[in-house]
Amino acid sequence: MNARKTDAIVIGAGWAGSILAKELTEAGLSVTVLERGDDRATAVEGDYPSSIDELRGAIRHRLFQNLSQTTVTIRNTVGQVAVPYRRLAAFLPGEGVGGAGLHWSGVHFRVAPDDLALRTNVIARYGKSFIPEGMNLQDYDVTYEELEPFFDKAEKVFGTSGEPYTIQGKIAGKGNPFAPDRSDAFPLPAMKDVYSASLFKTAAANVGYHPYSLPAANASAPYTNPYGVQMGPCNFCGYCSGYDCYMYSKASPNVNILPSLRQDPKFTLITKAHVLKVNLDSEKKKATGVTYLDLQTRQQVELEADLVIVSAFQFHNVHLMLLSGIGQPYDPVANTGTVGRNFVYQTITTSRAWLPSTHYTNQFIGAGGAGVAIDDFNSMNFDHGPLGFVGGSPVWVNQAGAKPIAAAIGGPGGKAPAWGEGYKDAMVETYRHSLTIDAHGSNMAYRDVYLDLDPTYTDAYGQPLLRMTFTWKDNDIRMNQYVVSKIEPIMKAMGATRYSLEKLATDQLFDTRRYQTTHLGGGAVMGADPQTSAVNRYLQSWDVPNVFVIGASAFPQGMGYNPTGMVAALAYWSAHHIRTTYLKNPGPMVRA
Amino acid sequence: MKRPSSTRRRFMGGLLGSASFWLYSDHEVWADALTAVDAGPYTPRYFNQEEWRFLNAACERIFPTDAHGPGARSLGAPEFIDRQMDTPYGHGKLWYMSGPFLNAPENLGYQLSLPPRDIYRQGIAAADAYARQHHDGRSFADLDASAQTAVLKDLEHSEMPLGSVPAHFFFEQLRQNTLEGVFSDPLHGGNKGLAGWTLLGFPGARADFMDWVNQQGAPYPFGPVSISGETA
Repeated sequence: MNARKTDAIVIGAGWAGSILAKELTEAGLSVTVLERGDDRATAVEGDYPSSIDELRGAIRHRLFQNLSQTTVTIRNTVGQVAVPYRRLAAFLPGEGVGGAGLHWSGVHFRVAPDDLALRTNVIARYGKSFIPEGMNLQDYDVTYEELEPFFDKAEKVFGTSGEPYTIQGKIAGKGNPFAPDRSDAFPLPAMKDVYSASLFKTAAANVGYHPYSLPAANASAPYTNPYGVQMGPCNFCGYCSGYDCYMYSKASPNVNILPSLRQDPKFTLITKAHVLKVNLDSEKKKATGVTYLDLQTRQQVELEADLVIVSAFQFHNVHLMLLSGIGQPYDPVANTGTVGRNFVYQTITTSRAWLPSTHYTNQFIGAGGAGVAIDDFNSMNFDHGPLGFVGGSPVWVNQAGAKPIAAAIGGPGGKAPAWGEGYKDAMVETYRHSLTIDAHGSNMAYRDVYLDLDPTYTDAYGQPLLRMTFTWKDNDIRMNQYVVSKIEPIMKAMGATRYSLEKLATDQLFDTRRYQTTHLGGGAVMGADPQTSAVNRYLQSWDVPNVFVIGASAFPQGMGYNPTGMVAALAYWSAHHIRTTYLKNPGPMVRA
Repeated sequence: MKRPSSTRRRFMGGLLGSASFWLYSDHEVWADALTAVDAGPYTPRYFNQEEWRFLNAACERIFPTDAHGPGARSLGAPEFIDRQMDTPYGHGKLWYMSGPFLNAPENLGYQLSLPPRDIYRQGIAAADAYARQHHDGRSFADLDASAQTAVLKDLEHSEMPLGSVPAHFFFEQLRQNTLEGVFSDPLHGGNKGLAGWTLLGFPGARADFMDWVNQQGAPYPFGPVSISGETA
């Protein structure tokens, strides 16, 4: 093994890793990014028309993690034996340069400010006894006002399209009235509403809700970002989620950040580099670098650094912390340790409305980030008192481009046959004349829902797999059921000839066979208390202060909004404080 | 249906020969699964003759020929499935396939050690045996359409083992792959003449709807085009 040295190592070349690499090279550091997948360039493998092949793309998972090398094990409850997640289905982590930021849809939210201090807010409004037994409700220990400049910066890098509500306290547009105040406008005007979304907008307003066009990291017009890279205008081709964007309209690390980084001599990208562990000193108080496996030569390589940024996908961050011995693993019985604690997901159910056969919804037309939503039942925007649950869901039409294979396998819905006689009739009606409405909601953290290392299964490199212990809980099921009930009047107001409302069933178990969402969170959460958080408010490890862990792994709860906007803002926030404080005086930035 | 023209052949040749198509990701292993430029009667490479007869009959029952248009057989779904057997998918190389393989609740997902190739090999043999057992020794492919449908419905809802594959699991594998064959780009051997896409009104690789974002519910006016430039 040959030891080499760099100022900073960044693990993972997704959004968080690319942002940190950009910020740290700007600060003058030499940065090596280690990515275990392939390099990916939109100009090459994302080109038209070969990239818009549904079979290779969304069905055979061209841009997603190949589970044959490493996966997770899953069980619903502590008493069960966990078994491997052998086939991608419920959630779809990315692999390769760009990570999930290459195959994402592009819904680009900020955060509901109440969600950042959810514990404090729930107690203030409803009292401590409102929090169910076993729920680990926690605050982020950062405020919206502190994060606002970094939400603004991320939107400008992403070329985000949206309609504001207020800017610097003044009403500036017809955006989401529940959205927090902005320091500046969106870089681009909102995306147009497709037909289905425009129907939803009118209907939701008629019912008395407050619809708005989703903020989307899909460019509504040509755009050049602060790094000098260019985006083209989105043409609603419908190939966002699961694909690289051949139009250069969907923001990705590959298009929006890496072109400028690749020209920087201080930046090194090593692909096919699978990090086995972060190396620590004998007291486990300082990281000395990492050991990775070069997947091409099959050689282990040791790389030394002063600073290690763990910025892989949410659960890979937690996995690497556990494999490396960073912090204390969470023990749900003793209720000690923090790494693996507060593992969370999101609730999502998709309901469908059918329109008269004279109305074509053209569901293949769409953009991953575009649509129309209401926030009337998200976060703390409504009175939970009589309802007795914590959390909420935005509700939206997000017509991202329905492709024929996925639609056909999903079937026509309702009681219609899934094959054989009668299938085609029902499928044609559903594909041509229906639309879908999602309730995309929060998921709280619980004492017995967590991540740890599996005792049995290993990856292709001999390391234990990460084990997920997860199922749906009553609080979140009831929240979903309540919010879905609010969709019905919208469907009626849209003129639906019939509709099917999908909601989580009471006592429903988490089912790994069906896609729900890739918005996993927590496991290495941020907070003010080292007894209940793995990283401090700057996403710095409490235990190993030259390690920062960036990503949705820092979320103490699963929020109603899509996570990428928050991940990007936290990455810029953390990078700012590394640059302005940590590098001048390396050490803990918050005293425990 | 328009047959691939010589123009199309040149287009395919150009596309398939380009660096962008071949150099990256998993294209090399996908090469075997792609449609030959000159498609004659298809000879299966993975399935034997008995399996091939079963597959053709079963695909057609899942997506039958009717007033709406051609069924899965003439759309090439069996050919698609045969080609898929030689991809990383067919060999189970996209799945975590390390043991131990435990019995677990169904909601925790697939826990067998078999890749799709073996699911079909075991599943077809046992499903055909089931058909013979209930139909005086006649194989599935020799039954009439309603009897074939009845057998498939039995499988769809049964835990009965077909080899080591539960019948309902084998059926769902077959249903999904059939629909993939009907609705994927013809590049992969199915959706011949783009008739699957025409049925749904999906315009294929057009992928540019700047002027059709919201036309107040009017139907999109153009028919499908494939990645190779074929039109319906």
